[in-house]
Amino acid sequence: MTIAASTQLICFFALSAVIVLGALGVVLLSNIVYSAFLLGGVFLAVAGLYLLLNASFVAAAQVLVYVGAVNVLILFAIMLVNKKEDLAPIPGLPVRRLLSGGVCAGLFLLLTRVVVTTPWVSGPTPIGEDATVRIGEHLFTDYLLPFELASVLLLMAMIGAIVLARREVQSVDLVTGEEVDQGLIEKSRTPLLVDQSRG
Amino acid sequence: MLTELLSGSVPLQAYLLLAAVLFCMGVWGLINSRNAVRVLMSIELMLNAVNINLMSFSSYVDGQLIRGQVFSVFVITVAAAEAAVGLAILLSLYRNRVTVDMERFNLLRW
Repeated sequence: MTIAASTQLICFFALSAVIVLGALGVVLLSNIVYSAFLLGGVFLAVAGLYLLLNASFVAAAQVLVYVGAVNVLILFAIMLVNKKEDLAPIPGLPVRRLLSGGVCAGLFLLLTRVVVTTPWVSGPTPIGEDATVRIGEHLFTDYLLPFELASVLLLMAMIGAIVLARREVQSVDLVTGEEVDQGLIEKSRTPLLVDQSRG
Repeated sequence: MLTELLSGSVPLQAYLLLAAVLFCMGVWGLINSRNAVRVLMSIELMLNAVNINLMSFSSYVDGQLIRGQVFSVFVITVAAAEAAVGLAILLSLYRNRVTVDMERFNLLRW
């Protein structure tokens, strides 16, 4: 066993441990803020796995998009809706959890069987650091249409998110047709984030 | 698989098993979470599991053309769009219902 190979092995197992434990924390921890930060850790560990697989461009994209955008978005959403509420108990919740756990374990066993029994062919040697150039060639030749569609999709998602999350405030008075001060309307509405520290 | 592991190289099956574990945990979280934000996080976990699969196949089976990496880039794009729209829907739901409990989002039930 050479030094490079054993280093790769150790990195793989460390990253796997981070991913599995982090994902368990994301799913099981009761405090959602801890879950969000652990999710960021999981994303970073997955980016490390991509580096192990000779894909530096996708690793950078993973860090930028997932850790930099999606995780921050989730944190902002938590801050906007972080109301402490006691969830009403549901009858049969443990049974439900056990049942779904059984279903997931069954799915995992099925996947494990497929992974172990399939004779995977080993392909040509990976091109390594030229991967970024090859991705660029793909994106502008045979995957050009999906690439352009992705840009349209992102634009649609952006506009859709703005439309959905916008606060609907009338800026024109319906009766008189005059412009209405936005701040007064905001104050007259029931506050969205109720301050619970006083009561 | 074990002989490869003992000789020091990481086999393809190890990556696939890790992705399977991550995917199953994502499914469990998706079914069992009562906080709507956690449901979105579970979806992100599942998307990451799929990405690990694509990347490992691209490295081990398709080493020269790396189509899996291109697919992962597209998956990351769609995941970003999905997260933005999902969280916007969540915000407007919260504005209407003043809760994030999944059990009370039953407007379309009957």
